[in-house]
Amino acid sequence: MSDVKSVAEQRWFLPKSSLGDLVRKLCEQGYTVIAPVRRDGVITILPITEAADIARGVADEQDGGHYRLHDDPEDKYFRYSVGPDGPKRYFFPPRQKLFTMHVAGDRFEMDTVGPEPPKYAFIGVRPCDLAAIAVQDRVFGIASDQSTFRCETETYYQQTRLQSLLIAVNCTRPGGTCFCDSQNTGPEVTEHHLFDVAMTELRGGFVMRVGSDKGRALIDELPVREPNEAELELEELRLIRAREHMGRSLDPQQARDALAKAVEHPRWDEVAERCLSCGNCTMVCPTCFCSTVTDSSDLASNKVTRHRQWESCHTLAFTYVTSGPSRNNTRSRYRQWLRHKLSTWYEQFGSSGCVGCGRCITWCPVGIDLTEEAAIIAADRTLTTTHRSESEVCS
Amino acid sequence: MTDTAKPKLAVYKFSSCDGCQLSLLNLEDELLDLVGAVEIAYFLEARRKTLPPPYDIGLVEGSISTPEEEQRIHQIRRDCKYLVAIGACATSGGIQALRNWARLDDYAEAVYAKPEYLHTLETATPVAAHVFVDFELRGCPVNAQQLLELICAKLIGRKPNIATHSVCIECKRLGYPCVMVSASKPCLGPITNAGCGALCPSCGRACYGCFGPMEQPNIASLGDHLMQDQHVDARGMKRMLRSFNGYLEPFKQASDHYERLES
Repeated sequence: MSDVKSVAEQRWFLPKSSLGDLVRKLCEQGYTVIAPVRRDGVITILPITEAADIARGVADEQDGGHYRLHDDPEDKYFRYSVGPDGPKRYFFPPRQKLFTMHVAGDRFEMDTVGPEPPKYAFIGVRPCDLAAIAVQDRVFGIASDQSTFRCETETYYQQTRLQSLLIAVNCTRPGGTCFCDSQNTGPEVTEHHLFDVAMTELRGGFVMRVGSDKGRALIDELPVREPNEAELELEELRLIRAREHMGRSLDPQQARDALAKAVEHPRWDEVAERCLSCGNCTMVCPTCFCSTVTDSSDLASNKVTRHRQWESCHTLAFTYVTSGPSRNNTRSRYRQWLRHKLSTWYEQFGSSGCVGCGRCITWCPVGIDLTEEAAIIAADRTLTTTHRSESEVCS
Repeated sequence: MTDTAKPKLAVYKFSSCDGCQLSLLNLEDELLDLVGAVEIAYFLEARRKTLPPPYDIGLVEGSISTPEEEQRIHQIRRDCKYLVAIGACATSGGIQALRNWARLDDYAEAVYAKPEYLHTLETATPVAAHVFVDFELRGCPVNAQQLLELICAKLIGRKPNIATHSVCIECKRLGYPCVMVSASKPCLGPITNAGCGALCPSCGRACYGCFGPMEQPNIASLGDHLMQDQHVDARGMKRMLRSFNGYLEPFKQASDHYERLES
């Protein structure tokens, strides 16, 4: 995505009735269009074929361990904040066949190598998820600003990601567990985000801006007009109001410093009493990238298949090393997750691992709130010593 | 296991419903491959002919509930090189282990016209309470694919890929909405071992724990939450935990705790 500063300030207006044209255009260009859909009581992101598939007239209510959808009198598309799933599911699938091999004489022969990377266009990506994509770009080694640690290149992620199109939407109604404002990742798409098109929903349509040449080319094919003064003013107003409605907040610098020191802290015991180590927080986290690779054989012991699937630092089995599990209790596993996410992530990838989407708070069955845990530890003035934990780095 | 002779498989039934053995027979697509890979040496539900022991792999379904079963399991252990307990009954005592909390005579008199004909133990217990078990495969019934994975792994001498984490991780990987968070259903998924493929949540139902406790489950925290936020009382908690795997620690201990809270 190249820089197009000349048009960065430019705005367009797409009437609401023309959202279908956008979806159609993307389908024509060979994209699988992924957008928020209302399904089984949640907003999830799924492939769609027309604008009518996109969730509309629905708002969400989110709190620790609590998520509800209700019909919304304002018949808008994007009145909800993020659901459990983000684009991570498509760039880094939860379970993926890597290859199959078979025995041929005294050696193995390769049958298939991975699936073809699909061409995805996402509609309605929130700024926090854009930020999360940028974090995973660094994790999987495709970011241009790769200054720190570089993981082994992920071909599938790379290709899927590079041929994807991201149509972001600014958040005008943040959820109860959102804190992107304090993480500097939202609620508005800025020049720091990687995106193709960003839009703000108003009653009559969308105020749009572009973030790439691909986005600029797309705009040219849409029935857009120039927005009027009132529309631009309303957009600004909505974005200011969104900042005032953040459900949570977290001071990233304070959390980073405090957690670096808090290798031992009584709060870890308290949170371990509540933590189920069920792994939900890591599964819904848009930046968590842990996976496990398993080989399976068939009954004739002729064919072997290698799969990769999402794993979690909260499971005991995932911490197994030669001498046994390296993090043998919930306390050490929760501590590892929180300290990595908010503190040691900087050393590993040059940023925080948290984008403030609030998913881990909402989807924790018992509502453990990382902003609360971090704030309590940060408020402890007795934290002075800095030690290194026995195992700081994830995977 | 040598290359010349196929490994011998034995399948045994103890006090149970036959559902786990049926899971093996339900592997219709793989059944021919299975009999190609192993000799079905003893499997009364599938084959009339039996071959003499020793057997390479023995699968045991059912709990130990009668004096005769108590004797038989020791002989089976001697007959099988690799003994696997399959299903909730064989790994926890099963639903019939509910009698372990009651007086046997009360049940016997309530159910049978002539209870004096019964020859049964006071308790129903898992296979591992009697003999050493090489592997336990959970579930009511077991997941057929897990059973197949276990056999495939044994044949090639690798470690079976059997997860010990929560059902939640399966739910999330498969993209099922959390019934607890989005619908306030009292779900045992966060403390239950994965393996079923999140079958109940896939239908919008709460998990009822038929795969038993996962590794290091935090039952107290889930219990506190269900009792505070979802109006499950202590009796409800006890009953949720005392089902197919009620007699398996730490479900057993937790259910005893909620029983004490009841009074």
